Amino acid sequence: MTIAAPAPPLAPTPCRIRRVARETRDTFTLELDVAPSPVFRPGQFAMLYAFGVGEVPISYSGDPARSDVTVHTTREVGPVTRALGALRRGATVGCRGPYGAPWPLDDARGHDVVLVAGGIGLAPLRPAVYALAARRAEFGRVAVLYGARGPADVLFARDLERWRSTADIDVHVTVDAGTPTWKGNVGVVTGLIPRAQIDPRRTTALLCGPEVMMRFAAEALRARGVPAASIRLSLERNMKCAVGWCGHCQLGAAFVCKDGPVFGYDVAERLLAMREL
Amino acid sequence: METLERILSGHPFFAGLAPRHLDLLVGCASNVRFKADEFVFHAGAEANEFYLIRGGRISLEIAPPGRMPLVLQTLGEGEILGWSWLVPPYHWVLDARAVEPTRAIALDGRCLRGKCEADHDLGYELLKRFALIMEQGLQAARLQLLDVYGAG
Amino acid sequence: MAASETTTAPSVLTRDGLGRLIDVLRADGWTVVAPVARDGAIVLDEIATLADLPAGWTDEQDGGTYRLVRRDDEALFGYAVGPQSWKQRFLVPRLKLWSARREAGGFAVDATAEPSPRLALLGARSCDLHAIAIQDRVLQGGAFVDADYASRRENVLVVAVQCGKAGGTCFCVSMGTGPRADAGFDLALTEILDGSGQRFLAEVGSERGRALLERLDAAPAAQTDRDTARAIVERTARSMGRRLDPTGVREVLQRNLEHPRWDDVAARCLTCANCTLVCPTCFCTTVEDVTDLTGDHAERWRRWDSCFALDFSYIHGGNVRSSPRARYRQWLTHKLGTWIDQFGTSGCVGCGRCITWCPVGIDLTQEVAAIRATDGAGTKGDADGDA
Repeated sequence: MTIAAPAPPLAPTPCRIRRVARETRDTFTLELDVAPSPVFRPGQFAMLYAFGVGEVPISYSGDPARSDVTVHTTREVGPVTRALGALRRGATVGCRGPYGAPWPLDDARGHDVVLVAGGIGLAPLRPAVYALAARRAEFGRVAVLYGARGPADVLFARDLERWRSTADIDVHVTVDAGTPTWKGNVGVVTGLIPRAQIDPRRTTALLCGPEVMMRFAAEALRARGVPAASIRLSLERNMKCAVGWCGHCQLGAAFVCKDGPVFGYDVAERLLAMREL
Repeated sequence: METLERILSGHPFFAGLAPRHLDLLVGCASNVRFKADEFVFHAGAEANEFYLIRGGRISLEIAPPGRMPLVLQTLGEGEILGWSWLVPPYHWVLDARAVEPTRAIALDGRCLRGKCEADHDLGYELLKRFALIMEQGLQAARLQLLDVYGAG
Repeated sequence: MAASETTTAPSVLTRDGLGRLIDVLRADGWTVVAPVARDGAIVLDEIATLADLPAGWTDEQDGGTYRLVRRDDEALFGYAVGPQSWKQRFLVPRLKLWSARREAGGFAVDATAEPSPRLALLGARSCDLHAIAIQDRVLQGGAFVDADYASRRENVLVVAVQCGKAGGTCFCVSMGTGPRADAGFDLALTEILDGSGQRFLAEVGSERGRALLERLDAAPAAQTDRDTARAIVERTARSMGRRLDPTGVREVLQRNLEHPRWDDVAARCLTCANCTLVCPTCFCTTVEDVTDLTGDHAERWRRWDSCFALDFSYIHGGNVRSSPRARYRQWLTHKLGTWIDQFGTSGCVGCGRCITWCPVGIDLTQEVAAIRATDGAGTKGDADGDA
């Protein structure tokens, strides 16, 4: 007779919150003490558990080189994220991961890399920027194109400035709607794509944001000559288990939790275009 | 003139034009500069030119009465500003204002309208290119309308 | 479990011998689960003796129809499959995954599992054995292994039954999953009921099965009995209630995702989820996080779910598959199509349960045939087609 535990894949590890940062009106960041931190690759996600409330998938949004802490940025959109957002330093959340297929950074070596982020989509891309900056010489031109709803919704302003000024990364920020004091770009993030300084034939594009925004951005990149397979999108579907058992995250033949969340546009285009797939 | 020719012929928007058409455009082109906060054009005025932005930033705005002006879009280096010169009644619909010191090449739209009537090949080439600009503008406007980053 | 051992010749068990088999299994500590007649259906439950089996019963099945009918003999296995499958035992309907309690500075998680029973499956049909293998691939064949499922699957003894009667909605022949079981069992019985009496041809499928038979003093089967058993199964194969052509069905479905037939079936489908509940391969589950009134104790439970549930595909304030049309399409295109991409085989074993237990009698063999017959309808070229 064997006794098998349903953990590890499905039981959370209790983690102490080291720091909470409110990024914008509805977005916050948790830094969790995890020692040793699970090695994650940019683009992967964790399942975070609010005691007694529930569990949600949230991308790692910190530096993959750090081994003492994991960072997770999310919007408050439901009971679990709101419960997580109410926690303070010293409280405990459950954490399990990493899950999912990461951004294929190794495949992008020698390429120009353009990262197109919309809204909260900058969070799953931030680890990729950290990783690219740490190995900057391995890549050609690197550009971050970031679109937010308005100036008050711009995330990680300090990181954006540091990348622009010290990491040899072209950073362009735009907002869908400006304010009287905003002196920067106004317009959709896809408007930044025609001007990006990239060689389309040797470019890898990493996209993350609302699905509609990613579709428009992918089309704009393809119009510039970037091959569909070189355009990667981070998709999202309902997840309960994160390990390919519960069936909820299926999109066509793909399980978003394990075949994704990162998909090439050559695969994703058809999956996203069909209604209610 | 030589400098203008090099700039226009090197810009993707004019790529593929026959040399005689490029010459016509160069003949209608001139360098312009705008100071920060200077208006490039006002809504309602006659639209008789379009611009290739060389540097700086221009915002397209509308000012509802009693309210602060709303910026609908900004354009920067390398982008084309203005297609109302091609479409009757040839009036600007929005204000355009330089947000910061801005350099541009202005192309004489009124002159070009006449040349397009005389040479339909030139007209077709310009319409093809501006159709793309308008389509991009429409797509961008639609995406803004969807407010994809909004709540929910 | 080893594949059918052609080197060990079949034996014959009498009715009493079968009774003794059940006794021996129980004495060895196995929980014997077998068909029983209850609440107007053949369901699967623990049995104590041979007398618990549904002797003399058969079933009449059709779209949306199931009746138990008395036979004019005392056959023990003279029916097809009922609404339950072995999925109930391995991917259990409700499972506590872990519990947690608040303590100073956080909370602690307790994930100790209950020991799982040792099950002997008596009367397992070929389609259901294929279904078990299919679920094995889903839950044990990937990067992560479902430990509870694996634990329940580890100690299982299978006494299969070769079908002597095709059900009204069966199409295992079409799907290549029966009616004859060739592997996945310790013993396989074929019930023979004729002038020479009631007996069971017993094929050996494993060393464990061979050892069991030895303890029952089973006589070697005569050639006539072997021929009779073969003929019984061949007759079953010829009398399938339904037919489905599986050739290229994955591609047919993939290129007909906007076929008008989906609207047609959506007008009938109640999204009641019966099909997914009775299907022996459907594996979707959900988790529920609960606390007690103090808020200091929490538990996570896993329970069965269905892609027909409205909020199954919920993200950010909306359900991706909101319409019944989308949900039925998801179920069918997954079962017969994308399952192949995911796991290398079809998800359907032709057991017919979804047809029988659909309250409105939706028949997936008919749906597939209708789409095939008008392959490409609803696309741009079909200017004159019906909506």
